Amino acid sequence: MTAREPPGWLAALPGFGKRFGSIIVLFVVWEAIAQFNLVDPFLLPALSDIVRISVTEFGSGDLGPLVFYTLYRTVVGFLIAAVVGVAIGTAMAASGKIRWFCEPIVSFMFPIPQIAFLPIFVLWFGFFDATKIIMAAVACVVTIISATYLGTRGIDKYLLWSARALGTKPHKLFWNVIIPAALPPIITGLQIAFPICLIVSIVAEMATGGQGLGGYMMYHQNLGSSDKMYLGIICAGVIGYTLIEGFSWLRRRLLSWHTESVMTV
Amino acid sequence: MTTVRFYTPLAIVILIWQIFAMGSVAVGFMPEDMLPTPAQVAEGMLHLAQGGDLAYHVSVSVYRQMAGFLLAAVVGVSIGIGMAHFEWVKTTIEPLVRITYPLPKSALIPMLILVFGIGHNSKIFAVFLGCLLPVVLSAYNGTRGVESQLVWSARSLGTGSIRMLWKIYFSAALPEILSGLRIALAISYTLLISSELLISRAGVGYLIQTLGEAGEYPRMFAAVFIISLIGFATDRLYINLMNWLLRWREQEA
Repeated sequence: MTAREPPGWLAALPGFGKRFGSIIVLFVVWEAIAQFNLVDPFLLPALSDIVRISVTEFGSGDLGPLVFYTLYRTVVGFLIAAVVGVAIGTAMAASGKIRWFCEPIVSFMFPIPQIAFLPIFVLWFGFFDATKIIMAAVACVVTIISATYLGTRGIDKYLLWSARALGTKPHKLFWNVIIPAALPPIITGLQIAFPICLIVSIVAEMATGGQGLGGYMMYHQNLGSSDKMYLGIICAGVIGYTLIEGFSWLRRRLLSWHTESVMTV
Repeated sequence: MTTVRFYTPLAIVILIWQIFAMGSVAVGFMPEDMLPTPAQVAEGMLHLAQGGDLAYHVSVSVYRQMAGFLLAAVVGVSIGIGMAHFEWVKTTIEPLVRITYPLPKSALIPMLILVFGIGHNSKIFAVFLGCLLPVVLSAYNGTRGVESQLVWSARSLGTGSIRMLWKIYFSAALPEILSGLRIALAISYTLLISSELLISRAGVGYLIQTLGEAGEYPRMFAAVFIISLIGFATDRLYINLMNWLLRWREQEA
């Protein structure tokens, strides 16, 4: 005699509860607080109201482009930082002179709040895209440089020696041995740098205004339409979630040969 | 003298900056105000320091940063160790971590100002929320990675559960916790300056913003470099503290 198996959806329930239980509880509590007017709805609008307003905001075509602008600036800034950062990091690992020059600069730039340079960039480049993109790039380039440098420097010497002993030409050595070996730490560096990039590009938008999610949130905060401000926060979270998940996917694809390819957050 | 030699390239950069700024003003590439020379910036620092405003704004910023950071350290380490120890804490916290991790914490600044006002509390909370998750994750991973042999030996030698928590789990997770805190430290300054630049009435971020609006560019540059130096000095101090706390461990190269 075996006990009757519970239907599939019921068997999956404990796992589902484990994964999403506290999120659901949080949302229910949030909605309940708002419905029973426990907190001023100006400070904490109901979740259902935010969902309702998201339909009209996206439906009217007001919010969609703003999300796109934020995404565009963050990604462009990040790509610039990635190219520059990987280039400088690799050069530092390859040449003693470049390392001598860059190391103290990197170690000075690393712990400082780069966002403090925002007013300087505004002074030089104005209030528009250039400033926002440059700010995003500057904020994360140092992290990428140091991850690339440490990763490239840490390459197994035997790998290089064996490749050289087998007669690998220098440019092939670079593309077929050094780059694949350095890729895992570089991608880890990019994964660490990306959230910083997003944090800073939203602040840059908030400070300089104009089109974009940051500007939208500040505008509605000033206006007192807090439901739209919360909607902005949720959109920022969705952007972050999508891009971070995209990164993990990219990592799994690029590094499927690597044993530690699955990074857990 | 190795330190002096190590930082020589920074001196070279400052020299290049001085020459570039003087040259670009001379040929009319940039108006004089827009790129002050290092000498002018140093003069600006001196002026700021003499006015007495600087000490006030620096102390406000440091207070907010320390309060938020320490709060995040205590709460974060407790949650992280709790998650590693108790299944129910993990079940409760993990989904929340998963959905809040990708949210850029700076997006919360307008909300925090709405809820806590434009004074200290909104900045302290911004710093706190920015630092919390890195600390939680490092404490969780560190505690989870404690070697079972350590736990078993301590238990068989009769270590009580409180001592166990402190002497074994916390100490063994300490290296990982400390490196998580270093990441949090860098984030804390970013969020502090961000929220001070956006809306505030005091702090170095506010100082930078108002000097910029007043067109006092050499002083604005000076304030930017002061907060950079504070961030840098804090990180150096922290590394020394970290090495001292971990002096029982074999030194890594």
